Amino acid sequence: MRQSSRHTSYFAFLGHRLSGLALALFLPFHFLVLGLALDQGNRLDDFLKWSDQPLVKMAEWGLVGLLAIHLAFGLRLLMLEYLPWVGQRKHLVWLGGGFAAIAGVLFLIRAF
Amino acid sequence: MTKILTVKIWRGGKDGTLESYSVPARKSQTVLDVVTYIQRHLDADLSYRFACRVGMCGSCAMTVNGVPRWTCRTHVDKVSQDGQLIIEPLKNLEIIRDLTTDMVPFFEKWEKAGGRFEGKQSRADKITAIDPDSKKRLAASAAIECINCAVCYSGCDTVRARDDYVGPAALNRAWSLFNDEKHTGQRKLKKSVKADGGCYTCHTHANCSQSCPVDLDPAGSIASLKRSYSMFGSRS
Ligand code: SF4
Ligand code: SF4
Ligand code: FES
Repeated sequence: MRQSSRHTSYFAFLGHRLSGLALALFLPFHFLVLGLALDQGNRLDDFLKWSDQPLVKMAEWGLVGLLAIHLAFGLRLLMLEYLPWVGQRKHLVWLGGGFAAIAGVLFLIRAF
Repeated sequence: MTKILTVKIWRGGKDGTLESYSVPARKSQTVLDVVTYIQRHLDADLSYRFACRVGMCGSCAMTVNGVPRWTCRTHVDKVSQDGQLIIEPLKNLEIIRDLTTDMVPFFEKWEKAGGRFEGKQSRADKITAIDPDSKKRLAASAAIECINCAVCYSGCDTVRARDDYVGPAALNRAWSLFNDEKHTGQRKLKKSVKADGGCYTCHTHANCSQSCPVDLDPAGSIASLKRSYSMFGSRS
């Protein structure tokens, strides 16, 4: 990473972009499993049982985290671009990061 | 004993290399002072640009230890790492030689983004008064002090990735024209700013606002252009 990109707003951009890419990679699997519900109910049940393992739960936690990051930094972008203010509003980045962290912790508490 | 700075400077064109010089450190020394010392005392062949030396003209920008900066107002104390300086030409522009880059594309993009003022009055007409406290005038004032140094342009990742992107300075200029009530070319401006390579190409990383030496906020100007030309913007 270039020296000139090492600052708060850029990290928010990176968080938004990378979480978006990771979620895009995950989506096909998501639809694949949803598709099982249509005509292969048994396999779906098997899969859901398998997904109760702690390791898979941790992976789900990662997904929730990614979603929270993507949502928070996406909202930040919409606010920066559509609300009548100027400036980088760095506190939005911290708010977004905080929201994602809290969402992650809540998921962990509920999952185990 | 005088402290000695180790200064590495880009020499040559695109395929050039860094060359090392030893320069005596001085009190309140700027990076431009260092480059000038080298040219006057060590290597008369060194090519670089400057004019005003007081942060007005925007001609002295270079990459200092990886960051684009105006060198005449950058103190060595603030940026040297263990007495070391690496001085390179601005990024995202073609190197002519040593620290001099070809600024032509940078200025051409100002035109491409619709940055040329168009008026309908002549010197014979009465001057139209603009209320200094009006919303538009305040927005224009916030963006207008650009010194055309290309520091923001050099730090922008999107300029690096896309040749056709006009960049932060050109769009910041477009935003000040958008708010200029005397500018008659608003329709043309809108077309240029919304064109491919215009405001929607920006990713809002704000490297530009982070690095602008005169504290302008090109990322904010670009966001304001996007908003103004959207369904949430004022019609003008
Ligand atoms: S905010 Fe836009 S103009 Fe500024 S550095 Fe990022 S992409 Fe470039
Ligand atoms: S916006 Fe700032 S960094 Fe960019 S050219 Fe103007 S003065 Fe230089
Ligand atoms: S020499 Fe004019 S801005 Fe630095």
